[in-house]
Amino acid sequence: MAVRSSVPETAPAAAALSEAYEERKPPFRTVWRQHWMIYAMLAPAAVLLILFHLYPLWGLSIAFVKYSAFKGVMGSPFVGLDNFRRFFEGPDAFNIIRNTLGIALGKIILGQAAGLAFALTINEIRHTLFKRVAQTTTTLPHFLSWVLIGGVMVEILNRSGIVNRGIEALGYTSISFLGDPGIFPYTMILLETWKEFGWGAVIYLAALAGINPETYEAAAVDGAGRWARLRHVSIPGITPIIALLACLSLGYVLNAGFEQILVFINPIVFSTGDILDTYVYRVGLLTGEFSLGTAVGMFRSVVGFVLVWLSYWLADRYANYRIF
Amino acid sequence: MVEERRASDIIANSIIWLVTLLLVCLCVLPFVAVIAKSLSSAEAVRTNQVNLWPIGINLDNYGFLMREKAFLGAFGVSVARVTVGVTLNLAVIALTAYPLSQDHLHIPGRTIFKVVLVFGMLFQGGLIPTYLAYKSLGLLNHFAVLVLPVALNIFFAILIINFFRGIPKELSESALMDGANHFQILFRIFLPLSLPSLATVGLFAAVTHWNSWFDGIIFLRFEEQWPLQSYLYNQVTMRRLEGTLMSSQFHGKTDPSFLKDATPEALAAAMIMIGSIPIMLVYPFVQRYFVRGLTLGAVKG
Repeated sequence: MAVRSSVPETAPAAAALSEAYEERKPPFRTVWRQHWMIYAMLAPAAVLLILFHLYPLWGLSIAFVKYSAFKGVMGSPFVGLDNFRRFFEGPDAFNIIRNTLGIALGKIILGQAAGLAFALTINEIRHTLFKRVAQTTTTLPHFLSWVLIGGVMVEILNRSGIVNRGIEALGYTSISFLGDPGIFPYTMILLETWKEFGWGAVIYLAALAGINPETYEAAAVDGAGRWARLRHVSIPGITPIIALLACLSLGYVLNAGFEQILVFINPIVFSTGDILDTYVYRVGLLTGEFSLGTAVGMFRSVVGFVLVWLSYWLADRYANYRIF
Repeated sequence: MVEERRASDIIANSIIWLVTLLLVCLCVLPFVAVIAKSLSSAEAVRTNQVNLWPIGINLDNYGFLMREKAFLGAFGVSVARVTVGVTLNLAVIALTAYPLSQDHLHIPGRTIFKVVLVFGMLFQGGLIPTYLAYKSLGLLNHFAVLVLPVALNIFFAILIINFFRGIPKELSESALMDGANHFQILFRIFLPLSLPSLATVGLFAAVTHWNSWFDGIIFLRFEEQWPLQSYLYNQVTMRRLEGTLMSSQFHGKTDPSFLKDATPEALAAAMIMIGSIPIMLVYPFVQRYFVRGLTLGAVKG
């Protein structure tokens, strides 16, 4: 009994004590003695961060020199912003930036619209098994690599592939989906949308599942038909998530999809298919123009970082979202 | 939900089913076409007769790949990569997430660590600085280059941090009072409570490792070190570009009379299927974990 009665007396005292304790900020020696294991746990991540995220940043200095592998970075002559100038004043810059932005924006807009439309469609299906099968089959392509998808798509989209045989059977001329510069970017946008619409729908479906069923029932009682419920219950219910994804998509504006383009690109479609990432890979690594490649890569990294940061800021401000 | 059995509703339902069915076909049929090709006779493939159903069914292409050392080797590298890579990922994630989720503890330097972590996730040095860094670290042409640089997956780590934050701090506080240390709290309290979440992240990590191919082709010079997806990039994508699909690679290694019967296209189809099958087989059973993964980070402390 005595122990019990002492609890309410000491609890506030303990709380006050711990508050004072926190305010005082104990010396590091005390923290270390109590919590050195916390630092031990963080050690692997710290090493990995330093080796694989911070240390490579040193290599950005290559962008400002005329790099020669024999002389190293310090031995190579400093040229300031010449490498950047060479790219932006060169013949490729305009096309590459246009292709990157065009393909990326196309993918963002079509991708979000397709995911949303599919989620709203499949949400109307009451048959559980059909709904589940539809979700499994449409999300599967998201989990296959572009190498595999590329192999599949080249099989069916080439001149003698099943798609073109179908088109010819209908009496039209076959389409060169992957070998015509005028068509190639659209093929990329459509293939990305094909691969991702099912997965894109999942997040909307999760949000739709969170809408209180009573809201639908009340709407139905008030005489709202299917369209009315879609327009006045479903869509308003997921507006926050639409807003969030719209904010975050800003971070993808320079992300035209390196692996996809690399799998499908060929010299015939360079003029409309080459993007910043493939350019860096080809010019920088394959032909060995390290300085030019690093400069272009740095431009992409810095602008990309600003865009992602901005998208997080917007998401925090307008959609109440934080990564931490 | 109130069910209405009106004519307009039946029409609407039919349209919804039809559209969904069409989209399902759009996702499935490309793979059916490739499976059909991989199972068809060489003659049918060469004369371009195969559509969605195999003609002259046989397993020759698969049998050929099962005897192809380079292909089996690449498959083995992929399995090793997934096993080692995912183990490393999960170990580092668990160790990193625990300290960063214990916001009530006063840990000097933790904020800086978080800032660097997020910065590391959002800002990459780019291809060439990365390549040169790995080169100077002696990682090039070594299996470790496939698993070490990606051992700390920051995005997944943040998911688990947010999940750990949902675990009441009273649990770890009382354990500390009772004399447990942080490692004991992590292993005896946090890990058992978060097994489903860790499994989810592990599955995502496994898919990521299985699907990665670009790191293989740039950081590993020798083809016998490549994981399956890099090997497939070389065999299927590059050889198509060169217009000499596999003819040189396979020549001389096998029975010439068999090679006469095989077509590169059908072999490529079989390779694509073997590369996809592990995911296709496992995915339907673990789909719910993946879907949960999307909402994992949404838990707010």
